[in-house]
Amino acid sequence: MKKIPSVQFAACLVALSLIAMGLGLMTGSLGWEWGVSWSDPIVQDIRLPRTLGAWLAGALLGLAGALAQGLFRNPLADPYLLGSASGASLGVAVALSLGLWGSASFADMSEAMQWAMRLGLTGMAFVGAWAAVLLTLLLAKGVEHTLRLLLAGVVVGVVLGALTSLLTLVFPQTLPAMQSFLLGNTSMLSGQACVLMAIVLLSSAGLSWIFSPLLDGLRLGESTAHSLGLRVLPLRIVLLAVMGLATATAVAQTGLIAFVGLVAPHLVRARFTGRSASLLVLSALMGGVLLTTADVLARGLWAPQELPVGVLTGILGGGYLLWRIHSSQMAGSSA
Amino acid sequence: MARLALFICMGLWFHAAVAVTVTDDRQVAVTFTQAPKRIVTLLPSLAETVCVLGACERLVGTDKHANWPASVKALPKLGGLDDTQLEALVRLKPDVVLLAKSARIIARLEALGIPVLALEPQTHADVHRVLQTVAAVLQLPNAQDQADAVWQNIQRQVSQAKTNIPVQAFNATVYLEASTGGYAAGEASFIGEIMRQLGLKNIVTSSMGAFPKLNPEFVVRANPQLIVLAQPMVTHLSQRPGWSTIAAIKNKRVCAFPSAQADILVRPGPRLGEAAQLISDCVLRSFAP
Repeated sequence: MKKIPSVQFAACLVALSLIAMGLGLMTGSLGWEWGVSWSDPIVQDIRLPRTLGAWLAGALLGLAGALAQGLFRNPLADPYLLGSASGASLGVAVALSLGLWGSASFADMSEAMQWAMRLGLTGMAFVGAWAAVLLTLLLAKGVEHTLRLLLAGVVVGVVLGALTSLLTLVFPQTLPAMQSFLLGNTSMLSGQACVLMAIVLLSSAGLSWIFSPLLDGLRLGESTAHSLGLRVLPLRIVLLAVMGLATATAVAQTGLIAFVGLVAPHLVRARFTGRSASLLVLSALMGGVLLTTADVLARGLWAPQELPVGVLTGILGGGYLLWRIHSSQMAGSSA
Repeated sequence: MARLALFICMGLWFHAAVAVTVTDDRQVAVTFTQAPKRIVTLLPSLAETVCVLGACERLVGTDKHANWPASVKALPKLGGLDDTQLEALVRLKPDVVLLAKSARIIARLEALGIPVLALEPQTHADVHRVLQTVAAVLQLPNAQDQADAVWQNIQRQVSQAKTNIPVQAFNATVYLEASTGGYAAGEASFIGEIMRQLGLKNIVTSSMGAFPKLNPEFVVRANPQLIVLAQPMVTHLSQRPGWSTIAAIKNKRVCAFPSAQADILVRPGPRLGEAAQLISDCVLRSFAP
């Protein structure tokens, strides 16, 4: 496939993002609306933060995915690799169960709600995601050994997943809310969430741009990276932290959105070869385009009802990957 | 009291001779040659149904969620529909197991020769029908009359609740939230049916299904005058983007029920009348001048 220079690719993705966001502003609970007035509080308070938020969350996941694939030198790596997904799920399950438990009597309901509001589902998901990543690092005894990290991530995922299942078994009332989290949910994104995600996105994109030479070095193998004079260990710690932060922020706001982090870097690599720094930024842009498009479809296809956005990213992303695998087999080459 | 007990015993004895055949919700005909004396229920609403028909003492075990009337809490708990403890259940030697169609244990129980009756109340009409079926299975004297009496009592409670609704709340638009994550309860749901009987107008019509996942913008646009949460929520409603403009939130007309009451609202069973009263009480409070 023809490769595209990074600047043109980026311009193309920005244009696609703007188109998708424009469609996002026009997709309401009644389906498509051509005339959108900025003064409409529904557009200002609901659609704008939702559309922007979907783009930002997608970009965070795309960036985290590209970092994961670069750091682990594994095309199947995704942002949830270090257990953040299962940690965030457990956090949400705990918050939901506490919410049920704390409101057992009507009198203390508002106080319990106040308490839960302060940390809330978002806070608990963020804390859970970070706790899981730290646990993984602890189990792997640091970040030197890639395989040990991967294994520890899998183990943490399984154990925390089992705990989440146990909680939902004890409090079956939390199941629908849990499901909505597990399938990803962009419908409640607020302006504050957008500001938060924008700050995290800018800082993590900046940090990973600065430290991306490590990824270029790692492409040639770990020992080559060392011999190139790269300080592998500290760089790796920084990039892992950036990956954890980007993932935890996105997951806390939108739940577990499948596949965006895995597919966005692949979509970029299909049309681009070059420095890791550009790859990271392009993957972030691609993630934004993917999730905004999925969000528009989730709202528009069946308005006023919604499809879970994760179902659409799974179908779109998975469909694309299948097609790639199929076409590369046809061409007789390995993708 | 003793005379009443004697009467019931004689009733049972007279009826014991007659075999009763009922058809359950799987369209399977089940025959009972005598009135079941040991009953297990695996759905809370079925335990409630057996008890309102006055046969609570025949229950020997229930599912883990059953909590009403208080006496069932002391009974052995046998898990849920998907994780029923088969061995504990069989050890109770039930004459019949009342459960939902979706219970995974049905085939195992039938293979072990334990009679199974699958009943799945979802609508108000179902509640009435299940009352009649269970009354027939229990072989109560004048089974149908007893079932109808319970049903009429429920209907009386509902009409009573309706008269409590203040005039300014009549035809008020209402949004029912079934659970966090944007799931609404529509007109077609069990609690939606209660709202309709109380003269409240659901913003989610029956064509949208019983529990649709809604775009939150839809609720803001519909601007309901009352919001009812069938489940305690974790996030504050006014914190949701754009929701602070909704009439119900501005006027503080939000009914949130703690889980013990939420059980009454979402279980399609004989406490339907009580559910209607809970809601009408809350409407009365919220619309008080």
